[in-house]
Amino acid sequence: MSDGIVIIGAGECGGRAALALRDLGFDGPVTLVGDEPHLPYERPPLSKDAMTSDAPALKAITSDEILAERSIRHLSSVQAVAIDRAAHAVRLSDGSALPYDKLLLTTGSLPRKLSMPGLGARCVYLRTFNDALAIRPHLRPGNSIAIVGGGFIGLELAAAARKLGAAVTVIEAQPRILMRGVPAEIAEIIHEAHVAEGVNILCGEGIAAIADDGAEVCFTLAGGQDIVADLAVIGIGAVPVIGLAAEAGLTIDNGIAVDAELRTSDPDIFAAGDCCSFPLAIYGGRRVRLEAWRNAQEQGALAARNMLGAEESHVAVPWFWSDQYDLSLHIAGLSDEGRTVVRRDLGNGTFILFHLAEDGRLVAASGIGPGNAVARDIRLAEMLIAKHARPDPLALASIDVRLKNLLAA
Amino acid sequence: MTEWIQACDAEDVEQEDVIRFDHAGRTFAIYRSPDDDYFATDGLCTHEKVHLADGLVMDEIIECPKHNGRFNYKTGAARGAPVCVDLKTYPVKVEAGKIFLQLG
Repeated sequence: MSDGIVIIGAGECGGRAALALRDLGFDGPVTLVGDEPHLPYERPPLSKDAMTSDAPALKAITSDEILAERSIRHLSSVQAVAIDRAAHAVRLSDGSALPYDKLLLTTGSLPRKLSMPGLGARCVYLRTFNDALAIRPHLRPGNSIAIVGGGFIGLELAAAARKLGAAVTVIEAQPRILMRGVPAEIAEIIHEAHVAEGVNILCGEGIAAIADDGAEVCFTLAGGQDIVADLAVIGIGAVPVIGLAAEAGLTIDNGIAVDAELRTSDPDIFAAGDCCSFPLAIYGGRRVRLEAWRNAQEQGALAARNMLGAEESHVAVPWFWSDQYDLSLHIAGLSDEGRTVVRRDLGNGTFILFHLAEDGRLVAASGIGPGNAVARDIRLAEMLIAKHARPDPLALASIDVRLKNLLAA
Repeated sequence: MTEWIQACDAEDVEQEDVIRFDHAGRTFAIYRSPDDDYFATDGLCTHEKVHLADGLVMDEIIECPKHNGRFNYKTGAARGAPVCVDLKTYPVKVEAGKIFLQLG
C-alpha cells in the first residue's frame, strides 16, 4: 500500500487503531487526523476523576515521542471535510488532501443537542477535555448546577459536583434515571445514593422553558417549578458523527453501517467505535451502536487487523461500567435481550442480575456494589454469554456456586 | 537483608484466585495458581491504580477489573493495551500453611 492508511478521528478508537497497525508490522504511511488540539486521550475520566481533581490532567493514550518513533503522523486541530472515494483521498479543512489506500472512520459521537429556545452561555455539554476544563471551575460550594438528563454522563457529573460541594439538581424527562440499558432495580440503588448525597432528582419532568442570561440559567418545568442554576450541563445522549460518511454516499443506519468486519459499504473504507453500527453475532446479528470505551478500543484494533486483510468478525460482548460515589455498576451484554431475571446476592447490598432468554441462554448480567465488588462476576458472566451458555438458574442464584465452575462446565 | 513478612494463611486464597494484602501503607496482591503455587505483585494496576485483587485470575493472567489490562502475575509482564508498564513482583514462600512475602 503506497498511500497507506488514513484514520479520521483521533480519540481512543483512532489512536488504538494507529498503534495497532504498527504492532501488526504495517510499515506504510499512517496518518491520524483529529479536530481536537490534543493527543488521543481517554474520555471516561472526564466525568469522574479528572473532574474532581484540583488540576484536571489529560490522560493521553500515547505520546508525541511514541508517535514519532512509530512513524505515525498525527494532524491535530484539523477537520476532514470530504472524502473523494473515486480518487481515494480525504480533503482537510486546511485545504490539503490526503491520499489513502484504506480509510478508517473513527469520528465518534457528539452530545445530543437540546433543541429548545433559550439556551445560552450557561448551558454546556461535556464531551472533550476542553469541555471538562470549562465546567470544572463551576463545581464549588455556593454554586448550583442543573443537569439535564439522568444518564451516565449526567449522573457521574452530579456525583463529582457534590464531591466538590456544589448543589445539584438532575432533571430527567423519563419516569426514572438510567432508562436505557440499566434495570430498574439497579437504577433505584443509584438513585438512592444520589439522594443520600443531597442531589435533587426530578424524574418525569419535561422542560417548558429555558431562560439563560449568561450569568445564570432558569429551567421552567412542565409542572410549573423553576430550577435556577449557575451552570447547566446537558447530558441527553450522544449522536454518531456521520456527516462525512453520509456525504460520501456510505450507507448510514443509526451510525455508519459496517459489516461484522467493520467494513462500510465501500470496501476500502472502515468505521469503528461510537460512530458505527454493526451486527452483533451473539444476538442473531442484531445491529447495535455502542458508546463505550472498551468497544472503541477493541474495534480500533480489529479495524486495524482487517484493513491489513485479516477478515475477522467482531464478536465481543458489550461491556461497560460506571462509578458514582463509592458505587460501581458493571453491565455485560444487552439486558433487553432477556425475558427472565435471576438475582445473585453477594451481601452488603451488592447483587448481580442475570438476564436469561426464553431458551435459558444467558444474554446479559448487570451488577452493582461498592468498589469493584461485582467486577469479577460480571467478567465471568461475559465469558458465559460469549459461550452461549445456559447456566442452571439455581446455580446462578447461589453464592456457594463459583461462576468460574459454571464456565468450566 | 529484607525480611519475610507473614501475609495470610495459604488457605485464604482459593485456587486460581487472588486476594488483597495491605502492609505498612502499601497494598499487594497474592495469587494462587491453578497448580497451587503462590505469587505476589503490587496490588494496584499500573494503568489507573485499580486494586487488582478485584480482578479475574485465569491461568497465569490477572485482569484489571476496570479496564481489562492484563498481566502475567508470575512475571509481572504487562500483556497489552491499556497497560504498558509491568507489575512489580515479590518473592513468596509457604511455611506451615502460612504465606510469607519478601517486600523490597
